[in-house]
Amino acid sequence: MISKAKTLLPLLALTLLSGTAFGQEKLKVGVMVTLSGPSAVLGQQARDGFNLAVKQLGGKLGGVETEVVVVDDELKPDVAVGKVKGLLERDGVQFVVGPIFSNVLQAIHKPVTDSNAFLISPNAGTSNFAGAQCHPNFYVTSYQNDQVHEVLGKYAQDKGFKKLFLMAPNYQAGKDSLAGVKRHFKGEVASEVYTPLGQLDFSAELAQIAAAKPDAVFAFMPGGMGVNLVRQYRQAGLASIPFLSAFTVDESTLPAQKEAAVGFFGGANWAPDMKNPQNEAFVKAYEAAYNSVPGTYAMQAYDAALLIDSAVKSAGGKVSDRNAVRAGLKKGDIKSLRGNFKMGLNGYPIQDFYLVQVVARPDGKFATSLRDKIFDNYVDVYAKDCKPAN
Amino acid sequence: MMIRREALPLLLFAFFALMPIAASFGPESYLLALVTRVMVFAIAAVSLDLILGYGALVSFGHAAFMGVGAYAVGILSSHGIKDTAIQLPVALAASAFFAVITGALSLRTKGVYFIMITLAFGQMAFFLAVSLAAYGGDDGMTLSGRSQLFGFDFIKRDRAFYYVTLVALIAAYALCRSLVVSRFGRVIRGARENPQRMAAIGFPLFHYQLAIYVIAGTLCGLAGFLMANQAEFVSPAYMTWQRSGELIVMVLLGGLGSLHGAILGAAAFLLLEEGLSGITEHWKLIFGPFLVLVVLFARGGLIGAVERLRGKGGA
Amino acid sequence: MSLTLLYVQTLNGLQLGVLLFLIAAGLTLVFGVMDFINLAHGVQYMIGAYLAAMFTAMTGNFFLGLALALPSALLFGLALEFLVFRHLYDRDHLDQVLATFGIILTLNQAVKVIWGAAPLSVPIPDAFSGSIVLMPGLLYPVWRLVIIGSGLAIAVLLGILVSKTRIGMLVRAGATNANMVSALGVDIGKLFMIVFGFGAMLAGFAGAMVAPILSVEPGMGDNLLILTFVVIVIGGIGSVRGAFIAAVMVGLVDTLGRSFGPTLLRAIMDPAAASQTGRALAPMLTYILMAAVLFFRPAGLFPAKK
Repeated sequence: MISKAKTLLPLLALTLLSGTAFGQEKLKVGVMVTLSGPSAVLGQQARDGFNLAVKQLGGKLGGVETEVVVVDDELKPDVAVGKVKGLLERDGVQFVVGPIFSNVLQAIHKPVTDSNAFLISPNAGTSNFAGAQCHPNFYVTSYQNDQVHEVLGKYAQDKGFKKLFLMAPNYQAGKDSLAGVKRHFKGEVASEVYTPLGQLDFSAELAQIAAAKPDAVFAFMPGGMGVNLVRQYRQAGLASIPFLSAFTVDESTLPAQKEAAVGFFGGANWAPDMKNPQNEAFVKAYEAAYNSVPGTYAMQAYDAALLIDSAVKSAGGKVSDRNAVRAGLKKGDIKSLRGNFKMGLNGYPIQDFYLVQVVARPDGKFATSLRDKIFDNYVDVYAKDCKPAN
Repeated sequence: MMIRREALPLLLFAFFALMPIAASFGPESYLLALVTRVMVFAIAAVSLDLILGYGALVSFGHAAFMGVGAYAVGILSSHGIKDTAIQLPVALAASAFFAVITGALSLRTKGVYFIMITLAFGQMAFFLAVSLAAYGGDDGMTLSGRSQLFGFDFIKRDRAFYYVTLVALIAAYALCRSLVVSRFGRVIRGARENPQRMAAIGFPLFHYQLAIYVIAGTLCGLAGFLMANQAEFVSPAYMTWQRSGELIVMVLLGGLGSLHGAILGAAAFLLLEEGLSGITEHWKLIFGPFLVLVVLFARGGLIGAVERLRGKGGA
Repeated sequence: MSLTLLYVQTLNGLQLGVLLFLIAAGLTLVFGVMDFINLAHGVQYMIGAYLAAMFTAMTGNFFLGLALALPSALLFGLALEFLVFRHLYDRDHLDQVLATFGIILTLNQAVKVIWGAAPLSVPIPDAFSGSIVLMPGLLYPVWRLVIIGSGLAIAVLLGILVSKTRIGMLVRAGATNANMVSALGVDIGKLFMIVFGFGAMLAGFAGAMVAPILSVEPGMGDNLLILTFVVIVIGGIGSVRGAFIAAVMVGLVDTLGRSFGPTLLRAIMDPAAASQTGRALAPMLTYILMAAVLFFRPAGLFPAKK
């Protein structure tokens, strides 16, 4: 025990010393994303996108010297709570940027918004925090989760598909996903299939699709599940049935899906080939720095840095003036990579949504590409339940 | 020798008791939260050591009890019942009930088959929690606040909660300690060494083992109650098989069958995770080989290593 | 629900079963003969998949890649045996659990460092891509048939190897009483090494064969490992025959239960409740199966006679 205490006490002393002195205006941002496990690539994209923005702004956000602390939430909500407390108290961060996954967001939302810091989510945007539980210290640079799924439902409806086959993993986000699709699609639902989370072989479901002969398939299969589903879908010879999806074919999965995904559809608020000068510069810089095509995760984290930058700037660089910073965040006055971007009253963006399609680029890489615009200035359906506190 | 044995747990508890004073000079709430978490897992690990170290019953579904305890808090508080006087008994009763059912079925098997059947029940509990859409499903649910006691927010402040957890840990430890030195504990240990002989003497082993399994499960439910309050969040992630595996690793890392070894193991596991992950994203490349080396060169876990060092120094 | 769908799902279940068998065969032998709990066996499967992906990308040919991946997986398994496992044979089961858990953490992270966190993929060999018509209206991907075929072939070979050859006899004897075999003058260390290397290669083979249909990613072996333990426990530890029957059982129950469970439930409850219950029950099915088997046969279907 003595030797244990000997090792433990310096460890604690060290953590005590590393707490920063408050007072001088210095900006500290904690980036909390998932960097371990099969979904690590999403977290890496977000981290890289954020770091790229900070680097391009000369290491300063809003003109204030900025230090970025990156932590891995391990996709374990209880671990995330402990680590976010570390960011807030030990590192004294004024902003937490994260997380990727909704279950982690549910866990860290309260500790962060209760503290002196702001929480900026570069990806997870759950319905509860968009509606009745909206919070003036919480902002989202992605979307309300349902909106992406709604894009495909609306598209299927507009396109006149009569019969849709729906599949999603058996968890809350999966159920929300299919509800989002059905909000706009009024035709027949051939079948709603929920697969166990983490299922990798979809042969059973593909056989059901072949038997049901739908006009189109909608799938929500993030990460490795999507990689497997897309490849097996093509291998099963089903590619003649249009494949509509959310979070299933994107820049995080395309390096593994490759040709198998070409022609498949997704919904998004952006794609790497969006035409505007700042986006073209971003994609070029990102690909040069990280040797991969950026996805929405990287774009939204980049925008999160821009959002912090604009808020701190509008507060005159006084990070400690929380009301001024909050006013800046509410304004959301940024030149977003996605072009049209306004901050809604609930802290979720008001933006356009597009149908995107997977293409093979001339350089041999794969990316999503913009097709039709499906929604203009789209406000999420929960925003009306949000009664801003101030 | 006896005094030395008792010195280690006393030192551990003294460290836990005094830590908040040191913490008040630094990022207090972070350190309190970290060490509270350590103590919560220590309770779970001690309860596992009770069946694992003394009964040789390797439960690979122990995290499920933590989940049951946590969900009791979450479900009750989502219906507005926030009082510990109701929550805690319900959490303990629910985990005890789950332990009676699963224990009665699992104890029919032995060895590896026991490991796997407890895993099966743990997985069933996990998937059940995932399918509870009304209580957040896979996303889990946020508590509106910590539990109360007769309407009083007794653990709202981190420091108060810290000491409540410490008291719970000491109580759990004392209970387990008194159990293992009792006649009951000797029967359990006897069953580990030579079940045929114990049965031949006339002890109804099944009942003894079921009793200790239920006690361990209930204590782990207590850890679940505290866990829910610590994170102010309840999620199926509390009962994955990986979490059950981590609990086993904590007990083994600390040293099997000493109870305070489990506390040491929980502390070492969580503090190393916290410390190493702060240094590098690839901390598992350090932690993984560390575990292998502990097995190869430090028989009996950290406790074994400490005792051997002391043995050398004393001789 | 047509009869065709039933056939397809049965084939799918068989394919999953064969895959599980390839991994379980090595695990059950290592466990049965050496009394060694190897949690890192799932990692061997992952390594096999990564090696196949790497060599296929290098050579541009899956079969060349496979031919290189198999000996590499074998060597890797032997290296692990030499460095770590052989020091653990005479140790407590729990020591083995802790050490092999450490190996899982290490290797999952190592593949991420070497090959990146993003999943890799392997194209299906051209000759076996696409689907064929097995009977009118029944289309099935060729590669999955290849997996089923090669898995069944290995099962038969393994059966002959274990029941007819001298080494097989030693393995069976070792599973029943290792001390006795050792006392009879057999070099038990060498036997262990052969069994271990062979098991590692079989798991690696399984990983390589599924690389064209599943994504190759860090940690891909972890969940499969648990399912494999379910298989060997149902089958009875140390029994290759038991592992085969249990693997096919688990494969069929999982696949058929997922697709036909809700339909069957609908016969006894209203549709909404049926799909709700079906969703909750489907992922539990294999565990319920295992709990049921162990309830009636506490040492699995084919317990090794001690």
